[in-house]
Amino acid sequence: MPDLRLVLTHTRYQFLEQLRVPISLVASAFFPAAAMLAFVVPFTGADPASATQATAGMMLFGAMSAALIGLSVSVAQDRERPWDPYLRTLPAGPLPRFAGRILTTMAGMLLSVAPVLLISAFLTAAALSPLRLALGIGALLLGAVPFMLMGLFIGYAVAARAAIAVSQVAYFPIAALGGLLVPLEVMPEFVRSLAPFVPSRGAIELMWAAVAGRTPSPVSLAALAAWTLLAAAAATWAYRRDEGRRFS
Amino acid sequence: MNTTTRRTLARTIEATRRYGDVLALDRVSLDIGAGELVGLLGPNGAGKSTLISLFAGLRRPTSGTVELLGGSPADPAVRQGIGVTPQETGLPEALKAGEIVSFVSAHYPSRRDRTDLLARFGLAGLADRQIGGLSGGQKRRLAVALAFAGDPRVVFLDEPTTGLDVEARRTLWEGIRSFHAGGGTVVLTSHYLEEIEALAQRVVVIGRGRVLADGSVQDVRDVVGVRRVSFAAPAVPDLPGVLRGSVENGRVHLLTTDSDLLVTELVRAGTPFADLQVRPTSLEEAFLTITSKEETRA
Repeated sequence: MPDLRLVLTHTRYQFLEQLRVPISLVASAFFPAAAMLAFVVPFTGADPASATQATAGMMLFGAMSAALIGLSVSVAQDRERPWDPYLRTLPAGPLPRFAGRILTTMAGMLLSVAPVLLISAFLTAAALSPLRLALGIGALLLGAVPFMLMGLFIGYAVAARAAIAVSQVAYFPIAALGGLLVPLEVMPEFVRSLAPFVPSRGAIELMWAAVAGRTPSPVSLAALAAWTLLAAAAATWAYRRDEGRRFS
Repeated sequence: MNTTTRRTLARTIEATRRYGDVLALDRVSLDIGAGELVGLLGPNGAGKSTLISLFAGLRRPTSGTVELLGGSPADPAVRQGIGVTPQETGLPEALKAGEIVSFVSAHYPSRRDRTDLLARFGLAGLADRQIGGLSGGQKRRLAVALAFAGDPRVVFLDEPTTGLDVEARRTLWEGIRSFHAGGGTVVLTSHYLEEIEALAQRVVVIGRGRVLADGSVQDVRDVVGVRRVSFAAPAVPDLPGVLRGSVENGRVHLLTTDSDLLVTELVRAGTPFADLQVRPTSLEEAFLTITSKEETRA
């Protein structure tokens, strides 16, 4: 596959750019680490099982930030720079740049969950075998796919200023409704009835299956798959529409 | 023109491009032969950039055909043979000058030596400098250098020297000339006649989306070498060789290709006048003249 080398090239330079202006990485890492210290350490930190599950929730919270907010804002900003159309004159299709974005975002996610893992390891009773941790990170990357697609959709659909607002407005409710911030048990009834269908619920159930061996809810997994397809269709639509606009 | 004897590397056939209601290119047919250095000359909004973007595969024609290196510009494999200049305002600020060259050349099967390329465009020793730390002129030269990074057969340079000082402009011209001397084909746009004169052998004048003139630099200079003669006089005298005349606030303005003859005739006619001025017209005025001639002919 001749494009593989180009995918790596695009990933490398996009990641370099992100590392040199690390503000979005810092932002992605800040919220989950702060929430970890504010909610998890004082309330569930002493119990190994609930501390582990809460840590998974915060990792997903951080990854969602990188996917939804980080990706949508960087796509929307890039679209406003003349560099973006220039790249389309280079001898490569859209794949290397697209794949580079996804891989860079994934790398950013892994960096942004590191503080959560450190806080969890040193300040709570959470315990994980290396195998469970690896499975959990795999589940995190898989579960984050629909959020990356949503980030691409927002980034290609609206201008940069709007992308910041839209992605943040989407981010907190989706995270809260899925029970990432506060356990669903303490939520009102209508939230609990809505939760299984929210994409963050399927993603967190996937992570809990990976780190704790819990059986995930089939309804939530099906909803996650449906959200992934929907977000993929929306992202493709927005990308084509954007190309169409620049063609015109 | 001897372009018919050369192998065609790029061409448009009756290419039309609309943006909504605006007609940016109107049935343009143009052949670019191997080894040519072609200047596209025209005022802002004439359609030069649209034409370049058709060749670079950025846009598709609304109707008509665009061919590049025997294929379609929409095909990435075909674009391996071309180089394009980005706008310098868009270069990724966080990357280093050398990194951006390596990034661009990674897309091409054969590539220019990075150190050599930077040196050729007056950027020696700046490979490790972040783009955000370069001056405007350095960014502009870097942007133009990127067009050559992949060792292309044809480069398309859209306004390559806009905003550069005289020295930086000459450095850039040298870079473009040496590429051409090595057999490369260059298509560049400009609204400076002197830039086209300094570089191009063939000039294509574009106005309102149409090719108005296509020929040697000398041919086109004769067409666009229009001067404005103005003086204060109560009435417009009848004079030879006037392309266009107008009266504003008691001053007569006449456009002509032969200002010497016109002034001689003005004096000979004996009409009283004062405050005579002769100055070269802006390209804008020259284009208006050509365009209006075009329209009256049509």
